[in-house]
Amino acid sequence: MSNPDMAEPITPPAGHVAEEAADDSVAPVATVGETDPAPAADSHPVKIRSRNVDVFYGDKQALFDLGIDIRARMVTALIGPSGCGKSTYIRCLNRMNDTIEIARVSGLIELDGQDIYSPDIDVVELRARVGIVFQKPNPFPKSIFENVAYGPRIHGLAAGKTDLEEIVVTSLTRAGLFEEVKDRLEDPGTGLSGGQQQRLCIARAIAVSPEVILMDEPCSALDPIATARVEELIDDLRKNYTIVIVTHSMQQAARVSQRTAMFHLGYLVEEGQTDAIFTNPTDKRTRDYITGRYG
Amino acid sequence: MASTYLALLIGFALAAYFAGARRAVALSAGNPASLHSRPAYHGFYAAILATAPGFAVLIGWWLFGGRVLDRIVGARFQVLLSAMSGPQQQAFIRDARNLAGGIVYGEPTPEKEAAAALYRSLFASTDIVLGLILAALAALGLVLALRTITARRRTRHFVERFVRGVLIACSVVAILTTIGIVLSLIFESLRFFQKVPFLDFLFGTHWSPQSAFVGAGGDGEIDAGVFGAVPLFAGTLLITLIAMLVATPIGLLAAIYLSDYASSKFRAVAKPVLEILAGVPTVVYGFFAALSVAPVIRRLGDGMGLSVSSESALAAGLVMGIMIIPFVSSLSDDIINSVPQALRDGSAGLGATKSETIRKVVLPAALPGIVSAMLLAVSRAVGELAAFALGLVLFCMTLALNVIALGVVARYRERYD
Repeated sequence: MSNPDMAEPITPPAGHVAEEAADDSVAPVATVGETDPAPAADSHPVKIRSRNVDVFYGDKQALFDLGIDIRARMVTALIGPSGCGKSTYIRCLNRMNDTIEIARVSGLIELDGQDIYSPDIDVVELRARVGIVFQKPNPFPKSIFENVAYGPRIHGLAAGKTDLEEIVVTSLTRAGLFEEVKDRLEDPGTGLSGGQQQRLCIARAIAVSPEVILMDEPCSALDPIATARVEELIDDLRKNYTIVIVTHSMQQAARVSQRTAMFHLGYLVEEGQTDAIFTNPTDKRTRDYITGRYG
Repeated sequence: MASTYLALLIGFALAAYFAGARRAVALSAGNPASLHSRPAYHGFYAAILATAPGFAVLIGWWLFGGRVLDRIVGARFQVLLSAMSGPQQQAFIRDARNLAGGIVYGEPTPEKEAAAALYRSLFASTDIVLGLILAALAALGLVLALRTITARRRTRHFVERFVRGVLIACSVVAILTTIGIVLSLIFESLRFFQKVPFLDFLFGTHWSPQSAFVGAGGDGEIDAGVFGAVPLFAGTLLITLIAMLVATPIGLLAAIYLSDYASSKFRAVAKPVLEILAGVPTVVYGFFAALSVAPVIRRLGDGMGLSVSSESALAAGLVMGIMIIPFVSSLSDDIINSVPQALRDGSAGLGATKSETIRKVVLPAALPGIVSAMLLAVSRAVGELAAFALGLVLFCMTLALNVIALGVVARYRERYD
């Protein structure tokens, strides 16, 4: 938030002007609020780089020529009207789209400079590095403990029983749930309230120590109090994790994210500093969307 | 003649429907909103009033009319019949009725001819009476309906109540049939246990009921010692056990493949094909077991130096297992499919492989349902082996299995929906 570029005047390059630039590290889309990405790149290097990403469901194209950089240890919010491709994009980042038979992804998506769609990549390892939290809390029909222990178990992260217990306790604590459930770790996870279930799912994702956590509208099924708790948690988590969050709530995007990307009809409209996007969007569609004129 | 009446009633119902609907449209005077119920409901109202009593009379006549006629004929020939034994009386009445219907067995006696003539005249007169009653009911009903139809008449409520009544009647028929079967099983079994001590039956080790009866006709002495059910139960349990050992792994793994691995195209073809197996009649499986499987098993046994009978439980169990594979796999497939995709996604999102997801998340979540599917399969397998006086015991066993299965299913629903 203390980015010096914030005060810079806005340069609104039209269309795909950056693609003509020789430097490939510049996002090929209108970038708001910063003319020079270098200072940000120092403390927050590019974690996930996407270029020319197209996604098809059968014959229907859901994403068009998407290019965006996700920066490390920051919260990037993806906003835009329903059906604009936010969830599709987030599901590309840990290849959850693989589970959809008719989905086809083309283009380049790199995690730390490594193409995640290359044949050398093991999806299992990728998903251990890029965790995901879904819109609807989906705890397994197991105990709270087993829910969190699930990931460490399948990846063999715990050396022994005490080690596993430590991982579970740490993860639940980080997810802000431990105090509420410490006396009933053996109770079924499905018996928790919606907000607790969602934090359990976050704890479950943290337990495998991912580098990136994807969140697909994590609060849309929660009440305002539970939402506030999850938002606090997200703000806390960004110290250690790169977070990409899809949200329909403008306030939420403004509250939790440092960078915001606006999607529309399968295209990335613009991407940049959250404050800049919300105070001074370059694109009319973004302006209309965040002021509630459509969407 | 009764079927002609049925056709006429159906035709009349159609006519009454249109008459009622038209009357309603006429009453609405071009403003459909002025009607309380849509014209179709007025049509159904008229059709129900005009023909429902007729249908009831017709069904009642089909159920009880024959018996009434038998009583009348029996009363007329009482002197003759009282000299006969029970089965002979029944045979006399049956022959006379058949004779009246034009079916002649052997050389009818003059008495039977006379009874047949009485039947014929009764048939003719009841047909006329029935026709008159039906016509009167239909005419009265239609007049009443057309008289009472007004724009604000709540015919929709009437029709809805009538539909509910019909549905209740149908479920009552199903329930009564089941109760009847159970009662007849109980009473037949009680009669059986009067002749054969219960404990001898339950713990006896000799089973050959065909040698129990000295002569045909049933009234002779009964040797109670040959109704020992232990061999039969042991055989049933052994065959069921072998069948489940065959069907559980194959059916379950096939279900897992179909629900989680197969492409949707393959699934669309393979599942119906598998379900066709369930439609193959049991007797065909029996043939298959006796003619193909049993000799193969005997030869295999011979090859290993063992002597295996051609009627081995192994052959029967194997084939029974194959028989219930589609049952197991189809049910399990449905249950596995009903595990929410969100759970699979959650597991995959943590980096679990497909088989880890299935073993650690999907199967535990589906386990109660799968167990109940297995129990249903067992109860079907046991049911196929049901025989004769064992009916009650086997019935109790399958009932218990079904109750357990339903209980498990109920708990499963509570937990995952």
